[in-house]
Amino acid sequence: MAKVILEARDVVKHYPVTKGLLQRTVGWVRAVDGVSFSVEQGKTLSIVGESGAGKTTVARQILLLEKLTSGSILFEGTDLYKMSPAQVKDDYRPKVHYVQQNPWSSMNPRMRIRDVVGEPIFVNTKQTKKTVYTEVGKLLDQVGIDTDGMTRYPHEFSGGQRQRIAVARALALNPTLLILDEPVSALDVSIRAQIMNLFKDLQSKFDLSYIVIAHNLATVRYMSHSVAIMYLGQLVEYGDSEALFERPLHPYTRALISASQLTLPEDSEGKAQQIILTGEMPSPLNPPSGCRFHTRCTEASDKCSKDVPEMRKVGKQMVKCHHYD
Amino acid sequence: MLNTITTTAKTKKKKQYRGISRATRVMRNLALWIPTVVMAFMIVLAIFSPWIAPHDPTVGKITDRYLPPAFMEGGKTDYLLGTDQLGRDILSRLIYGARISLSVSLLAIAITASIGTVLGIIAGYGGGRTDAIVMRVVDVALSFPGLLLAMLLAVAIGPGFWTVVFALSLLGWAGYARMIRGEAMRLSQSDFVAQARVNGASGWRIMTRHIFPNIINSLIVLMTLQVGMMILAEAALSYLGIGISVPTPSWGSMVSDGRANLDNAWWISAFPGAAIGLVVLSGNFLGDWIRDKLDPRLRQL
Repeated sequence: MAKVILEARDVVKHYPVTKGLLQRTVGWVRAVDGVSFSVEQGKTLSIVGESGAGKTTVARQILLLEKLTSGSILFEGTDLYKMSPAQVKDDYRPKVHYVQQNPWSSMNPRMRIRDVVGEPIFVNTKQTKKTVYTEVGKLLDQVGIDTDGMTRYPHEFSGGQRQRIAVARALALNPTLLILDEPVSALDVSIRAQIMNLFKDLQSKFDLSYIVIAHNLATVRYMSHSVAIMYLGQLVEYGDSEALFERPLHPYTRALISASQLTLPEDSEGKAQQIILTGEMPSPLNPPSGCRFHTRCTEASDKCSKDVPEMRKVGKQMVKCHHYD
Repeated sequence: MLNTITTTAKTKKKKQYRGISRATRVMRNLALWIPTVVMAFMIVLAIFSPWIAPHDPTVGKITDRYLPPAFMEGGKTDYLLGTDQLGRDILSRLIYGARISLSVSLLAIAITASIGTVLGIIAGYGGGRTDAIVMRVVDVALSFPGLLLAMLLAVAIGPGFWTVVFALSLLGWAGYARMIRGEAMRLSQSDFVAQARVNGASGWRIMTRHIFPNIINSLIVLMTLQVGMMILAEAALSYLGIGISVPTPSWGSMVSDGRANLDNAWWISAFPGAAIGLVVLSGNFLGDWIRDKLDPRLRQL
């Protein structure tokens, strides 16, 4: 077993909904409701789900941009939310970095590329401008950006280039863990493969760990070692990537996989029927009773709407479904 | 051979401007140069007024009252822009008035903009209790009758140049604070600020390196709009006797001096009024230009 880099235990985020003059709390939005997973050194964990499932909230919690309602997140064995601000700055910030979904908004438009990429170095170390800029040159080289662009501003680059610059920035301090929040979804299909290959290369080169947030299963399958499927703030299935794609257990996982496969009209006969989910995800303000997926599940029974299923180990995976009791 | 190379170089240089017509470019340049020249001219007038002004601005000749400008019938070449009700030379008063009007407005703008920006950024980025406290103070400042406060000040510390600057600054920062706070709040939620926090940047660094540079645009626009407001506010204070004491000329007080005689001696108010208009207009144009230059996205356009 490789070393566990990050572990989330029963992470919860509830947002209060207030109303009226006195700001009475009338309810809670259960954005994240008891999520546990772990990431090992040099491995990739993907968190997959529809929009609104709470994926990004989890990522923001890991990055300390959002507070925990309860639960804990352990980084290399230490509880993040018990660290002092100085500890966070010295021991955590340099090691964990973030690539955002939107390369257009993740850079300060008033900063030159060399300062954008160099910022983590400027903030966390005491080096002269000159040495930082040489370092930035090397980083840009690594992601295939011409170093002539160092003095330019972010708006002078294309989306794919910007995303690579964002990757260079995330790598600036040799992190141990990268959080990639839909790193390719804002890009053209033609450059997605390029960026994804870049991530793979970097992983084997530096033994990096990734947490990839995605809604596109094709991306996930290509990159990840383990996968966590999220639905309405909870994990419904979690486990080894190959096993999960080979034999998806939860009906929701099956629906997602089926939706991501391109089925041509002529081979729809004979083959397994494509599962198409109907309706929308219920509101996290008022989640359904029992199994949260039962309102849209094709295999739901009476029990599903009454009892809350437990996370169970089935083969190499963990699944939260009554059909495997 | 050499010749052909230079010609191609020339045509290339010309091609760079393609897409924008010549007239547009000329207009853009004029929009920069005319206000720059006007502003520079006014500042030179203000600094060197004792050497430029043809007459003493505070002493009038009682026999030369209400003289029209030189280009009108009955005007004297001695008084190019005519004289006022006390026989003082309008041109000299205008030149000396530039001193007071420009320094009062620029000083007051510098002070209010600095205070407002600092408090606005702190409130907008800090949020929560800090925000609530700062914004309640802003509310009080915005609802306080400025004129009353200025009168109280004049009574307390006596009228004069610094009283005017102080009175204008005391409440003027609130408008900046409110606008900057909104911008800072919006930017605090932006992706690149989240990224800066992940990078480990301190609050100070985020406020100075990430939020402030992105606020400059709106700040400059607001500051240039304030030039006219400040000159007029100074005029109002001087008119009430709270501001600059009587014989010293300022544009605002000159406008109000001529108010009663607009029908028979329009020139007393018209020339200082035109000067105010000119400064305000050039200020706005210059502000636009600076804003575009400071924004890297607009710089090459």
